[in-house]
Amino acid sequence: MERQAGAPAIELKDIDKRFGAVRANRDISLSIARGTIHGIVGENGAGKSTLMSILYGFYRADSGEIRINGKAVEIASSDDAIAHGIGMVHQHFMLVDPFTVLENVVLGAEGGLTLAAGLEKARAALTALERDYGLEVPLDAPVETLTVGQQQRVEILKALFRGADILILDEPTGVLTPAEADHLFRILRQLKDQGKTIILITHKLREILAVTDNVSVMRRGEMVGTLLTADATAEKLAELMVGRRVLLRITKADATPARTVLDVKNLSIVDASGVVRVDDASFTVRAGEIVGIAGVAGNGQSELLEALAGMRPFSGGTVSINGTALDPGAPDAAALREAGMAHVPEDRQRIGLVTPFDACENTLLGHQSDPEYHRGLLLDHGAILSRTRDNMTGFDVRPCDPKLTASLFSGGNQQKLVLAREIERDPDLLIVGQPTRGVDIGAIEFIHKRLVDLRDAGKAILMVSVELDEIRALSDRILVMFAGRIVGERDSSADEGELGLLMAGVTDTEAA
Amino acid sequence: MGEFGIILQVLDSAIRLAVPLLFACLAGLYSERSGIFDIGLEGKMLGAAFAAGATAAVTESAWIGLLAAIAVSVALALLHGFACITHRGNQIVSGLAINILAAGLTALLGATWFHQGGQTPQLVDTARFRELVLPFADWASALPAVGRVYAELVSGHNVLVYLAFLAVPLTWWVLYRTRFGLRLRAVGENPAAVDTAGISVTWLRYRAVICCGLLCGFAGAYLSLAQSAGFIRDMTAGKGFIALAALIFAKWRPVQALGACFLFGLLDAMAIRLQGVPVPVIGIVPVQFMQAVPYVLTVILLAGFVGRAVPPKAGGVPYVKEGR
Amino acid sequence: MSARAGTLTHWAITLLVPVFNLVAALVVSGLVVLVIGENPLEVVQLLVWGAFGYGEGVGYTLFYTTNFIFSGLAFAVAYHAGLFNIGAEGQAYLGGLGVALACLYLDFLPLPLLIPAAIAASALFGAAWAFVPGWLQAHRGSHIVITTIMFNFIAASVMVYLLVNVMAPPGSMQPESATFAETARMPFIHEMLGGLGIELSRSPLNMSFLWALACCVLVWLLIWHTPLGYALRTVGTSPQAAVYAGMSPKRLTVIAMLISGALAGGMALNEIMGSQHRLILEFTSGYGFVGIAVALMGRSHPVGICLAALLFGALYQGGAELAFEKPKITRDMVIVIQGLIIFFAGAMEHLFRPQLEALLTRKAASPVTVEEGQPSG
Repeated sequence: MERQAGAPAIELKDIDKRFGAVRANRDISLSIARGTIHGIVGENGAGKSTLMSILYGFYRADSGEIRINGKAVEIASSDDAIAHGIGMVHQHFMLVDPFTVLENVVLGAEGGLTLAAGLEKARAALTALERDYGLEVPLDAPVETLTVGQQQRVEILKALFRGADILILDEPTGVLTPAEADHLFRILRQLKDQGKTIILITHKLREILAVTDNVSVMRRGEMVGTLLTADATAEKLAELMVGRRVLLRITKADATPARTVLDVKNLSIVDASGVVRVDDASFTVRAGEIVGIAGVAGNGQSELLEALAGMRPFSGGTVSINGTALDPGAPDAAALREAGMAHVPEDRQRIGLVTPFDACENTLLGHQSDPEYHRGLLLDHGAILSRTRDNMTGFDVRPCDPKLTASLFSGGNQQKLVLAREIERDPDLLIVGQPTRGVDIGAIEFIHKRLVDLRDAGKAILMVSVELDEIRALSDRILVMFAGRIVGERDSSADEGELGLLMAGVTDTEAA
Repeated sequence: MGEFGIILQVLDSAIRLAVPLLFACLAGLYSERSGIFDIGLEGKMLGAAFAAGATAAVTESAWIGLLAAIAVSVALALLHGFACITHRGNQIVSGLAINILAAGLTALLGATWFHQGGQTPQLVDTARFRELVLPFADWASALPAVGRVYAELVSGHNVLVYLAFLAVPLTWWVLYRTRFGLRLRAVGENPAAVDTAGISVTWLRYRAVICCGLLCGFAGAYLSLAQSAGFIRDMTAGKGFIALAALIFAKWRPVQALGACFLFGLLDAMAIRLQGVPVPVIGIVPVQFMQAVPYVLTVILLAGFVGRAVPPKAGGVPYVKEGR
Repeated sequence: MSARAGTLTHWAITLLVPVFNLVAALVVSGLVVLVIGENPLEVVQLLVWGAFGYGEGVGYTLFYTTNFIFSGLAFAVAYHAGLFNIGAEGQAYLGGLGVALACLYLDFLPLPLLIPAAIAASALFGAAWAFVPGWLQAHRGSHIVITTIMFNFIAASVMVYLLVNVMAPPGSMQPESATFAETARMPFIHEMLGGLGIELSRSPLNMSFLWALACCVLVWLLIWHTPLGYALRTVGTSPQAAVYAGMSPKRLTVIAMLISGALAGGMALNEIMGSQHRLILEFTSGYGFVGIAVALMGRSHPVGICLAALLFGALYQGGAELAFEKPKITRDMVIVIQGLIIFFAGAMEHLFRPQLEALLTRKAASPVTVEEGQPSG
């Protein structure tokens, strides 16, 4: 490949891409220098993932030019991208779970019609790569048995094995502890030192500031600015991302907790394959306080929420909501709702909403037996409609159309629909998972404020989030989960380092 | 005859009954491992059986009949592929449509072309797959035990039977020792991983579907050219679905598929043997209940063991590039 | 990007897509006709005339339509709950047993009481035959498509046995039950209207037709206007959301299959109590499978099902006429058309949608503007 000296590794000129009526990328021009770590930030829907997908051959731009190392290229498929030295580490790993690490890396570059010879050669090459970059992973382990951090390293190995000079990482730290994220950044710096070019896509401003050399900001499909990271601050970046000044902190009064609403004692959850997901967890949530559970995804928080919301059986311990004890073997979300529980699930699209239904029909979800929505044996569509309308105006859901199909609302508005439905039932306990995942900054402010309002109205809130900032901003008390256990409890003044240690499993006793 | 002789007979019968199931089961394996559910095995077998019977009747050649069977089966498989892969349609409905289409077309064309109420004409010997006597079989039949097993059980089947058994290790080798097999297994678990590795998911799945069609062609040809002497209306009688149940029972693995299909064949053979013979306690079982045995068995198998069988993760779901 | 629900474009697309699918299926059928050596246009003419051209034909068309309404509703109810009930054939067959038992042993009841009893019996037996596959899917994960198909075959064996050994009157060589008493038969429509002074040609069209229409209304109410219907649709669309909402997917699966089987039993009412007046072999003759095509074409909505059932009724009656006039084209032609319709309306239902949407949304008002340029984050 001819390289023009000093040419940027990647140059994008006037890239434009439409999906139907939506213009995801508007005349984007971007220059990424070789041997640098270049960050791309933007909110959800800003178009950064689309742009990277074009670079990786997933989509073709409608117009515009791509130059790699000074030479104009056509990238019609992932194959082309790989041939040009571009490798991508996706946000959701592209791994075949039952395959070993070796098989996963070799997929697509097997080196022949039969596997035997190619696998041996690959094994040698990979051992060298692992050594050179500090990416040790056991080659013969099935990928499903690895930790998330290890799986991510497999993804990087895959890209390097195919000869990537340019590495794109899409939201890599969402599933890592702060310590694992640091380890990743060390690897990235090492790669940079070896001459690789790295593009880091993230919405986490602090990471950008920590590891990148340059940062570009995208907003609503446009490239709104590129700066040297040294010149950037979180506030400046947030302002560019949203287009206006953004309040990154919430002001809230102190909590005045009252009676215990949720009482969890020695809760244990074992999943269908016999793996212990939650191990002897005990805690309470009182009326008028927000309890936040911090932790990296996959440490039992999801299972905990599901059990408390009546969606999953548990194997040991007792749970009671407003005095109603949960039946360990027979989860009954309907009974819990009657006892005063409301649940905003982590996966709003698949679980909190039925996306092919319209907003009205989604109002019924979880509340279909409520007499308010009945008229005799039949459903009272008028009552459902008026309630939906009230919810939507109250929570500023746009567009305010109760008959619109749920899938057509943006992520933030979908979340507001779910929140409105759950909060407007006046529950005593709100269980909420990842309240602002995939939600734009404007809606985040709104949602956070409503949660605090709910607390001030004397309700109990249990919140799980992987965003440590959110936990620290909203919670009155913070519990940290690691490997299914509650490894520490702090109040809202706890500092990030301390929480990070707990999240990585360094318990109070060990740290002492 | 002696008990040993009876056992050999039953086993012999079991093999012959298992062969169409085995072909169809392996066919389904290729398709389902790649993530394309295929309940249309029945229709492909039926279409293939008709094509084989019709062509062999006209050309008086079994091998040309086999080729015709493969052609029709692959054509139907491509139809399924077109609907499911290219158009991302519902895979169950597509399979269903193909079954009904095949049932209708084979009956219609059979009646129109051969005027025998849907049958194809009785085939002469040269147009069928005849029994092969393996070397030394005559000599071995004089020997006790092993010799008789060789002479009566192993030898004396038609070539399709041997091909069916060969297809098992061949499939195993393709699936686990070749590049195509690795990619096939991958695309059934995580098509996005295959796509991002630079491999065409579409072309891979089409190839899987073609393999499925190929093997169903053999299954259908066996029915009308080996097991019977011609095509009879609806002659598959649910074998395509039984093969599917066997595939689930075998957890989508080739060697276990052999075991599952043989089990079905064996139980079917035993049921036939017991027709008219009093069974302890129950007495003579009515012939209709005997006929229902394979179907009841399928249900029992699915009820007992499927709880733990995990199909290819991406099975049944059309692959759509993540819209970001 | 789908058109906004409720707009004119949305309705146009909802109505036009099945039409296009039907046309595609008919075009391909026409090719098959050509291959056989007949003239497709002539075939169409004969089909239409046979179905609607004369009084008796219309009667027969509506008689077949009745069957297809029942089997279409049966498939549709299960489909809403996410289940493919391919077993309507066997469920109707067993429903026939229920009807026969009612008509043979309860015939001391006056007709206004016997009819509801027969309806209940057909529903009960049909539901019972659907129960096992439903339970197995819910509690053991057994693939319902395979189990219901197996149960069709098992039903055939069971019914043959019963008809030969149990139901046949002593001394009879026929595998059928005794003929029902005159007072234990579903009244013919032409007789009922004849009593009111309206002259109609003789045909097997009977009161079951009215019950079929009533079932359409009941199903419509159930699916879209009751909590149970909402629960069924939720489970069918998103089982996880159903669990979230406190519904039990296992219980709902079984309920859906019971209702589905009960509806399939209605076919037995029409055939056995309404036409044959005795239990015979294989009276379902493939009508269960037609229900699948009817439901898919009718988008699983009772109105669509009625229209699609009428279409198929016409095809069957016209097809009989056709087979009479053109012996080369046997009744299997209708099965071919059926398969093609299932293919285009079911497997390839999106074939025409993008072009239609593009064509029609360009003319409509600008699409809904959504925040951030892209829906759903």
